[in-house]
Amino acid sequence: MKNPYLPYPVRIRKVEIATEDRSLRTFELEFLNREDAEAFDYLPGQFAELSVPGYGEAPIGIASSPTEGEHLTFTVSKAGLVTSKLHSMKEGDIMGVRGPLGKPYPLKDMEGKNIVILAGGYAVTTLRSTMVWLLHPDNRDSYGEITFVYGARTPGMLLYKDTLEEWDQRSDVNTYITIDNHVEGWDKYVGFVPQIAEEVAPSPENAVALICGPPIMIKFTQPVLDKCGWTGDQIIMSLENRMKCGIGICGRCNVGPYYVCKDGPVFTKAQLDELPKEY
Amino acid sequence: MADKRINKAELPKLLERLAQEHEVFAPARDGSAMVWSRVEPGDVLELEFTNTDLSPKGFLFPQTERLMHFKNDPEDPEGMIMEAEPGLPGKRLLLNIRPCDAKAFKVLDKVFERDEEATDVYWKDKRDKTVLFGLACKDPCPTCFCTTVNCGPHFEEGLDALLVDLGDRLLVRPLSETGERLTADLEEAGQEDTEAATAQKEEAEAAITRGVSMENIEARNVLEEYEHPCFDRIFEPCINCGTCTYYCPTCHCFDIQDETQGELGKRYRTWDTCMSWLFTHHTSGHNPRGTKKDRVRQRFMHKFKYMPIKLEGSIGCVGCGRCTSKCPVNIDVRSVVNSMNEQIGE
Repeated sequence: MKNPYLPYPVRIRKVEIATEDRSLRTFELEFLNREDAEAFDYLPGQFAELSVPGYGEAPIGIASSPTEGEHLTFTVSKAGLVTSKLHSMKEGDIMGVRGPLGKPYPLKDMEGKNIVILAGGYAVTTLRSTMVWLLHPDNRDSYGEITFVYGARTPGMLLYKDTLEEWDQRSDVNTYITIDNHVEGWDKYVGFVPQIAEEVAPSPENAVALICGPPIMIKFTQPVLDKCGWTGDQIIMSLENRMKCGIGICGRCNVGPYYVCKDGPVFTKAQLDELPKEY
Repeated sequence: MADKRINKAELPKLLERLAQEHEVFAPARDGSAMVWSRVEPGDVLELEFTNTDLSPKGFLFPQTERLMHFKNDPEDPEGMIMEAEPGLPGKRLLLNIRPCDAKAFKVLDKVFERDEEATDVYWKDKRDKTVLFGLACKDPCPTCFCTTVNCGPHFEEGLDALLVDLGDRLLVRPLSETGERLTADLEEAGQEDTEAATAQKEEAEAAITRGVSMENIEARNVLEEYEHPCFDRIFEPCINCGTCTYYCPTCHCFDIQDETQGELGKRYRTWDTCMSWLFTHHTSGHNPRGTKKDRVRQRFMHKFKYMPIKLEGSIGCVGCGRCTSKCPVNIDVRSVVNSMNEQIGE
């Protein structure tokens, strides 16, 4: 029987400082054992516990897509004990990964629909995974129009810039990259995500929206979608709460009867409307 | 399976039989406390007690448990890789466990073994190796209310055998194959033994006069119950000490922590409590259950509203009354549940 608490050993293959304020780093991890890589069968929207022996574990959304190969990518904000230690670790260091955990975005149910993705700040990680997955030749034809809105404070706070540039060049995705205030040399959008969303005015017809960002962004994006006629079951969000076990047992991440780690982290707005706001 | 019986004078023989295959534990007196204690053949079993102070949940879910270890040396090729701790080396038997505490294990099975893909292997290992011989309650305590929470003083679910104290002798009712095998040598009970046991059961059930009602809690949706005005006052006396959560036989929340001592690194889990503000505190500083009211409400909503939704109707309470008798500010779970069940707006 599989021990769900035992992390797979992994090696840090690559570390990059991801933002100009150096608060985020992107880690590429490779499995030490082939069979572990095969067992780690994931889809966009899921997360994993990054396990740093001696320090503990932190739940982080998976930023890579399974279509990219066997390595895993995580972008981690330096915040607490585990993530601060992670930020001091180097390429070649050994750590652990436990997962995949939680439910992915409902990619199957989204087939045949137009997809609107609204992302703010570093919450873009699992939406990067989703975009890479959707745009893969095996999957792209199963979905309608794709609209991707992503905002950060400054150009230097945008994650995955090369990939964003690539998407911006593609004709099969409408990309809107935005920063809060204009800076010299910036030729894309300026304004907060809710403002850009208002300009784009995405149609709710046969569509699904995936929203991930800071609470303030979600608060002001919601009225925009309401005005366009979106309903709660078309809006898909991803929650985070403090977690330990990641498998719905240790009892802390619940929102009403549902555990964010096990029943989520992906919920529809309609589901959340019927639950206490304990997130 | 036919009822058996044993004269009290022959109990040492039964203990000897059980100890052949198991480490046997039973409630024993330690000063004024009732504790779970290892018993060896020849020890005298305590039969006159209401219940142990702490529930036996620690046998399957220890207060502190090492889950895995690693060599704390990044330079060593074997270093920094977690290895799981081995399981129990042998079998255990909990003798004279109260039916409510055995029922609590059944509830926790649904939590720890819910998902085949992610079964809690540490719980399951000990669970599968632990045999439960219950002792029926003939004299429930004033805080007991098992009969109104799907349990009872002679409740049989979860037990391998049930013993009923009939004065000079015990009725022994095997309830599983293991129970039957371990009691095979005992003589068959007579009809008068079975009848006496039934009479005692009815008497014990009748002795429990205060209980809880939950039909409105069940009928409401989550938000309606969550916003029940009773929660505005229930939390007031609570000091968030967490005593109720540690004594509760069905509270299962835990924390996971790492520890290093030189080259030895360890990962532990320990009991945790939803009464602590740290329990849900995000690293960002945000806390989804930041107030005392949030935390007190969480504990009761979890047990009486959330668990039934998730666990096919099972509530997170077996009516043992420990939380009520141990609470330093006299919060009575029965009053809380009955308040939660009150009509809203009256």
